[in-house]
Amino acid sequence: MAGLEDLYREIILDHYRNPRNRGELDCPPARRAEGFNPLCGDEIVIYLDLDDDGRVADLKISGQGCSISQSSASMMSQAVKGCTVEEVRALNTAFKALMTIHESRLDGNGNEIGGETGGDGSGTDTPVPDPRVSLGDLAALQGVVKFPVRIKCATLAWNTLTQAL
Amino acid sequence: MAALIVDDVLDVTRVRADFPVYDRRREPPLVFLDSAASSHKPRAVLDAMDDYYRTTHANVHRGVYAMAEEATARFEAARAKVARFIGAASSREVLFTKNATESLNLVAHSWGRANLRRGDVVVLTEMEHHANLVPWLLLADQLDLRLRYLGITDDGLLDTSDLETALDGARLVGLTAMSNVLGTLTPVRQVADAAHAAGAVVVVDASQYVPHLVTDVAALGADFLAFTGHKMLGPTGIGVLWGREALLEAMPPFLGGGEMISDVRLDGFTCNELPWKFEAGTPPIAEAIGLGAAVGELERYGMEAVRAHEVALTSYALRTLAGRYGDELVVHGPADPCGRGGVLSFSFRGIHPHDISQVLDQAGVCVRAGHHCAKPLMRRLGVGATARASFYVYNDEADVDALADALDSCSELFCF
Ligand SMILES: Cc1ncc(COP(=O)(O)O)c(C=O)c1O
Repeated sequence: MAGLEDLYREIILDHYRNPRNRGELDCPPARRAEGFNPLCGDEIVIYLDLDDDGRVADLKISGQGCSISQSSASMMSQAVKGCTVEEVRALNTAFKALMTIHESRLDGNGNEIGGETGGDGSGTDTPVPDPRVSLGDLAALQGVVKFPVRIKCATLAWNTLTQAL
Repeated sequence: MAALIVDDVLDVTRVRADFPVYDRRREPPLVFLDSAASSHKPRAVLDAMDDYYRTTHANVHRGVYAMAEEATARFEAARAKVARFIGAASSREVLFTKNATESLNLVAHSWGRANLRRGDVVVLTEMEHHANLVPWLLLADQLDLRLRYLGITDDGLLDTSDLETALDGARLVGLTAMSNVLGTLTPVRQVADAAHAAGAVVVVDASQYVPHLVTDVAALGADFLAFTGHKMLGPTGIGVLWGREALLEAMPPFLGGGEMISDVRLDGFTCNELPWKFEAGTPPIAEAIGLGAAVGELERYGMEAVRAHEVALTSYALRTLAGRYGDELVVHGPADPCGRGGVLSFSFRGIHPHDISQVLDQAGVCVRAGHHCAKPLMRRLGVGATARASFYVYNDEADVDALADALDSCSELFCF
C-alpha cells in the first residue's frame, strides 16, 4: 500500500492550510465557472479575469473541498497567473499527464503491465505534454496517482478552469 | 446455535467465523465500518449460490425436467423466506428486482403513471436517498406533479409537527424508514396513518431498515416497501419490492418480455399472475437464492439480537467518541441510540471527510466519505460531505476503539 507521505506532502498541506488566491471577482468583467466532484460533493468556483492581451490578469477560487482538491486549486492559481491562454492549456496538459496512471510504473514488482489510464477517467487520448512546461509546486501532487479515487480531486480545479477559458 | 447469542447480544467472534472476508490475514487487520453501503457475505450465502450453480442451474418457470423444477423450487423458496421475514400476507406480494433503486422506480413508473395526474401532490422527506427522490423528480417533470417535503428537526428527526397540513391533498407519500446518513428511525406508522387519512398511498424505502430491525409490513402500515439484498448479507443484483396485493393487481406491468405474460398475441398480451407479472425476463436466480440464505442467517442470529447488538454498539460508539473528542467531533442525527440505527455520520475538526477516510484506511479502518447519495440532506445539514461509520453483526467495540484511535492520526496530519 502506498504510504500517506506520498499523498500528503508538506507543500500540499501548506497550500491547504494557507490557500492562495481565495475569494471572488466581479462578473463581468471576470468569467465564472463551477465544478463539482459528484463522488464527494466537493464544489469549486473559479473567477477568471483575462486582460486585453489574453493573459490571466487575476484568478480567484472559492468553494470547499478536501486537502487535495484545495491545494491543487491553490497551486494552480499561482501557476497560471500572468500566463496566456495557450500557456494555461499547456500547463493543463502537463498536469493531466502527471495525473495519468502509468500502470507499469505503479506495479511494485517491476512487471510491465503496459497501458495507461486517462487520469480523470476521460480515456487514454491524453495529449502529449510539452517537455518545456514546468509544473513547479504542482509536481508535488504526483503521489496522487497512487490513490486513484483522489485523482478526480486533484483535477477538479483544472477541469473547472478549462471551462472558464 | 444458542451460543451465537449471549444475553440477547451477538457473540461477534462466533459471527465473524461465518464471514470469509475475516479469514484473510491483513496488516493492519480489517476494521470494516461501511455496511450501510454494502455488507459482507457469510459463507451460507456464498455456498447457497455456488451450490445452485454447481448442481441445479436451469432457467426457472420454463423447463419440465427435474433440474429445472428444482431450480424453480429453490428460487420460489427464497421468495417465501423473504415474504415470511417481512411479514407479507403472501409470496404473491414479494417482487424480485435488481435493487432498491429499481423497486422504487417500479412504483413510480407503474403505480405512478397509472394513478397520478397533472398537479397531483407527492410528499417526500428531506432525508431521502437519491433512489427515493430522483424517480419522483423524473415523474414530476413528465406528469407535472407537485412535490412537497417533510423537513427534519435540528436533532435530525423527521419533522411531523404539522403532518395534517403537510399531507393535505397528497396522492403519494414516500419516506425512508431509516436514514442512511443520520441513522434516524422515522415514525413510519404515524406518517402512514396520516397519509392514509389524506387518501395517499405510502411507499417506504426500507433499504437500511430491513437489514437491521424486525420488519413487519402490516405493523408499519406501508403500501409498498423497497429494500436491497446486498445490505442484508445477500449478494448484489437482487432487490425486493413488497406491495399490497390489491395495489399490485391493479397496476400495469413495469418491464415487458418473457415470464411476465400468460399469453401473447400479435395484437396484445395478457399479464401473468403476481408476482411474475412484474418479473420480465430471466430473473437473478442465484442472487435470489443467495438472498434467501441471507435471510436464513439473519433469522438464525435473530433480528431482535441483531438490533440489540447494534443499539449497544452505537451507544458505546457515541459515548467513546464524545468522551475522546467532545465537541470536536459532531455526530449528525439523533443522540438516543434507541431512536437510530448504527450509522454514524460525523464531522471532525473541520477535516474533510475524504482526508479522514484516507487516513483511516491506513489503519485498516474502512469508512465512507461523501454525500451518501443524499445531497438535499447534506445541504440541510450545511455540510458538503460527511464521514460515515456504520455497524453490522460482525462489528464490535474493538472496531469502535480502532476508529477512535485512527482519528488521532487525522488530527496529527491536519490540525495545526
Ligand atoms: C436508504 C437507501 N435507499 C436506497 C438505497 C439504494 O440501494 P441500491 O443501490 O441497492 O438500489 C440505499 C443504498 O445505497 C439506501 O441507503
